[in-house]
Amino acid sequence: MRQLDFMGKRRIAFAVSVLLTVIAIGALAFKGLNLGLDFTGGTLVEVRYEQAPELDELRGKLEAQGFEDAQVQTFGTASDILVRLQKTFDNDVGQQVVDILNSDANQVNLVRAEFVGAQVGDQLRDQSGMGMLLALAVVMVYVAFRFQYKFALGALISLGHDVVIILGIFALFGLDFDLTVLAAILAVIGYSLNDTIIVYDRIRENIRKSQIDDMPKIFNEAINQTLARTMATSGTTLLVLLALFFLGGDMIHNFSIALILGVVAGTFSSVYVAAALLLVVKLERQDLIPTQKEGDEEEELP
Amino acid sequence: MLNRYPLWKYLLILIVLIVGVIYALPNLYPADPAVQISSTASGSALDQERLDRLTQALRDEGIDIKSSELNGNSALIRLEEAGQQIPARDIIDQRLGDDYTVALNLADATPDWLAALSATPMKLGLDLQGGIHFLLQVDMQAAIQQRLEANASAVRDTLREERIRYRDTTINDRTITFQFANEQERNAAREVISGQFPDFEYSTPDIQSGAALAMTFTEQAVQDLQDYAVNQNLTTIRNRVNELGVSEPLVQRQGPDRIVVELPGVQDTAAAKRIVGSTANLEFRLEARPDTPEREIETFHFRNNENRTADLMRDVIVTGDHVSSASRSFDQNNRPQVNISLDGTGGSMMNRATRSNIGRNMAVVFIEHKTRTYTVMEDGKQVEKRDTYTKRGIISLATIQSALSNRFRITGLDSSAEAADLALLLRSGSLAAPIYFAQERTIGPSLGAQNINQGIMSVVVGLLLVVLFMLARYKAFGIVANVALGLNLVLLVAAMSMLGATLTLPGIAGIVLTLGMAVDANVLIFERIREEIRAKMPVQQAIHAGFERAFTSIVDANITTLLVAVILFSIGTGPVKGFAVTLSLGILTSMFTAIMVSRALINLTIGGRPLKKIWI
Repeated sequence: MRQLDFMGKRRIAFAVSVLLTVIAIGALAFKGLNLGLDFTGGTLVEVRYEQAPELDELRGKLEAQGFEDAQVQTFGTASDILVRLQKTFDNDVGQQVVDILNSDANQVNLVRAEFVGAQVGDQLRDQSGMGMLLALAVVMVYVAFRFQYKFALGALISLGHDVVIILGIFALFGLDFDLTVLAAILAVIGYSLNDTIIVYDRIRENIRKSQIDDMPKIFNEAINQTLARTMATSGTTLLVLLALFFLGGDMIHNFSIALILGVVAGTFSSVYVAAALLLVVKLERQDLIPTQKEGDEEEELP
Repeated sequence: MLNRYPLWKYLLILIVLIVGVIYALPNLYPADPAVQISSTASGSALDQERLDRLTQALRDEGIDIKSSELNGNSALIRLEEAGQQIPARDIIDQRLGDDYTVALNLADATPDWLAALSATPMKLGLDLQGGIHFLLQVDMQAAIQQRLEANASAVRDTLREERIRYRDTTINDRTITFQFANEQERNAAREVISGQFPDFEYSTPDIQSGAALAMTFTEQAVQDLQDYAVNQNLTTIRNRVNELGVSEPLVQRQGPDRIVVELPGVQDTAAAKRIVGSTANLEFRLEARPDTPEREIETFHFRNNENRTADLMRDVIVTGDHVSSASRSFDQNNRPQVNISLDGTGGSMMNRATRSNIGRNMAVVFIEHKTRTYTVMEDGKQVEKRDTYTKRGIISLATIQSALSNRFRITGLDSSAEAADLALLLRSGSLAAPIYFAQERTIGPSLGAQNINQGIMSVVVGLLLVVLFMLARYKAFGIVANVALGLNLVLLVAAMSMLGATLTLPGIAGIVLTLGMAVDANVLIFERIREEIRAKMPVQQAIHAGFERAFTSIVDANITTLLVAVILFSIGTGPVKGFAVTLSLGILTSMFTAIMVSRALINLTIGGRPLKKIWI
C-alpha cells in the first residue's frame, strides 16, 4: 500500500492549524458568540403565516405596540417568522405577539414561544463552560492513565483546537449558539478523542513492536495504517450528519453544522495536531517501556 | 478451533436480541389520542348507556371515534385524529357538567401480550409532542416573609393571652421586632415566647423609648423552611396539574429551589399558567368593632369595587389551607358560589370564632402573592429586579347568622370561571411559597409532528446511506456490519423504552449520530483483518487477530465518549439530556452488536472453515 508522508508535511499543516486557530480566536474576541436564548435569557416567538409576509411591516406593527427591541427574521421558510424580544417576559407574550401580528387576512399560528429568565441563562452559561472544561479535564486524565502524560497533552491540545475552531466559525458567521450546539460540541470532543485514541493506540503498538527510533517514520506508518479506518468512520459519520442537516429540520440545523465542522476538524486534528504534537513534546521509546504490558491475548475456547 | 463460539454464547446473544426485539416492538404501535372521563363526585357513576349517548353526540359533530371503553368509574374514548381531541373534550364537558373531569389523554395502543410483559413505547419529549414546559423559581425571600408574618401573628396571640402589652411589630429581613413600654414587659414576653417559638434567636436591641425584643430566624430554620416550601409546592402543583387533566405530566424538583413542570399536549399557556402559578388563597376575618384598638385593625378594599373599604381584624380566623374540599355551584339567582368544607382543625377554629360573634360581620379575603419583574440598568448592564407584593381584596362581607361549622359557602365572585378556578385552587392546596416563572416553552402540536417526521426521515436516510457505504466497502463483511447495525438500532430503542427514557429531537439526532459512529467498531475490526490478510496471514487467523487486536482500541475510544456523554447528561436540561442518554446507550449497544453479534455471525457462517479467500 502506498505510504503517505504525513509527518513530512506537518509544518504546513501546523501553519494551517495555527492560522485557523488565530482566526477563530480573533472572531471570538472581536465578534463574540451569538449566544442563543438558552444562555442570554429573553423571549422568542415563532409564528407561521399562510403567505409570506413583509418583514418590515411586521416590525412596524410590533413597534407600534411597544415591542421596540423586537428582532424579526425568517426561520427556514419565508412564511415562518421568528420574533426575538430582549424585554423581560410578560405574561402570555406568545399570544400577545400573535394577536398583534394577526390583523388581516393573512392567518398567523403560534408555532412555539420560549422565555428564559436572565438568571437561568447566566447560570446555564457558567454551567456549560464548566461542563466543557470538565469534559476536557476528564478525558485528559483518562488518556494520561491509559497512555502517558505526553499523549494526554497532545490529545488535550488537539481537542481544544477542534472546539476553538468550531466556536470561531460560529462567531464568524454569527450562527446561533444554543444548548443543542453545546451538546454537539461535547459530542465532538467525544468523537475527536475517539479518533485520536485510535491513532495513539497504533502509535503505541508500533513503538513497542519496532526496533528503530525514527519517530516520524513510526508515526507515519501508524497514521497510514489507521487511515482507511479514519476515512471510513468519518465518512459514515459525515453521511448521517448530512442526512440530519438536510432533513432534520431547522431546530437542529446548527447542531448538525457544529457536528459536521467537528468531524472534519477532529479528523484533521487527530492526524496532524495530536500525532504531530507527540514529536513536539519529544515522545521517546522510554516513555512507553515502563507501562504495563497489555493483557495477553488469550485463545478463545473452542 | 479458531472462530467458533461455544453454544452458550450464541444462546446468550440470541436471548439478548429476542428481549431487545420484544421491548422495542411497542414503539410500532403509536398511542391513540383519547379523551378520558372520570366522575369526581360519588353517586354520579358512568354507565354504558351514558357513554353510548356521548359517543353518538361526538359522531354527530363529525368526530371520528376509534373505540370507547368503560372502566368502573371512568371511560376512555379513543379518537382517530389528535386534532379532534380538544373539540371532543369541549363537547363532552358541556354535556356532563361539573361532576366529571374530562381530560385529554394519550392511550396506549400496545397489544395486550406486550403489555403483559410490561413492554411500553418510548415517551415522547415535548418538542416531539407539543406542549408546555415551565421552570418555576420558588421565591424564598417571600416565603420567609410570609412565615414571619404568620409567626408575628401567633406571637401577638400569645402575648394577648398572657396579658402582656406590646406596642408595635415590625418585620425586617429575617427579624421580627416587638416594642414594649418597658423592660419588665419585654422580659416577661421573652420568657413566654422563647419557649414556644424555638426557631428563632432572641436579642434585645436598644431603642429610644421603651424596650424591644428582636427574634431572628435561625439558619437551620431557614434551611428547613426552604425544603418544606419546595416540597409543599411540588405537592400542590402536582395536585393542580392532576386537576387540569393532562396526560403524563411531569412535576419535578430541580436544584435547591426550582420546579420543572411539563404538560404535554397542553396548548393554552395562559390557562395553564393561571392554575399552576397561582398563589391565590383565602382568609376569613372578622370585621373590626368600632372600639377595636388601631393596631389590631387592617383596612382592605373590595375586589369588585376599589372605592369601598372595610376595617377588618388583623388576626385571621382560618385560611384556605384548612379547606378539605371545594366545589363550584350556583345559587338560586344563578350566581356562582363556592361550597367549602374545612378540615377538623379549621372547622373547630371557625366554630369557636363564629359562636361568640353572632351578629358581627365576617369577611372573606382573597389573597394573591404576586411577583413583578422589571429590568433596570445598573453599571451599564441590564439587571433583572423582582418585587414581591401581596394583593388582598375582600370578596364578601356578610353577617354571621349562626355559628358556622366546617361546611359553608362563599359568594361574591365575579364569574363562574373565577369560582371554578378558586374551587380548584382551594382543593389542591395553596403554595407554601410564592413562585415565579423562570423559563417557559410552548411548542405547538404542528411543530411536534413536523419534528417527528423529519427526525424519522433523517434516521431512515442516514441508516440507508451507512448501509450502502458499508456494502460498497466491505462487501460480504459489509452485510455482517449492516445486520449488526440494524440490531443496534433495535437494541437502542429497546433500552430506551425499558429505561423509560424520553425521546426528544436532539435524542433522535443522537440516534442518527450513533448510527454513523456505531459502524466504527466494525470498521476497525475489518480494516485490521484486511491488514493481516495483506500480511499473508491465513484467513481464519486473520479474522481472529482482527477482532482481538481491535478490541482495546474500541474499548478505549468508547469509554472516553461515554465519559463525555455522562458530563453532558449532568449539565444538560430537557432535550439535551435526551441527547446524552441516547448517545451513551448507543455506545453501549453498539459495542455489544459490533463486537459480539458481528463476531457470532462470522463464526456461524465461515468460522473454522478452511477458506483461502474472503470477500472483504
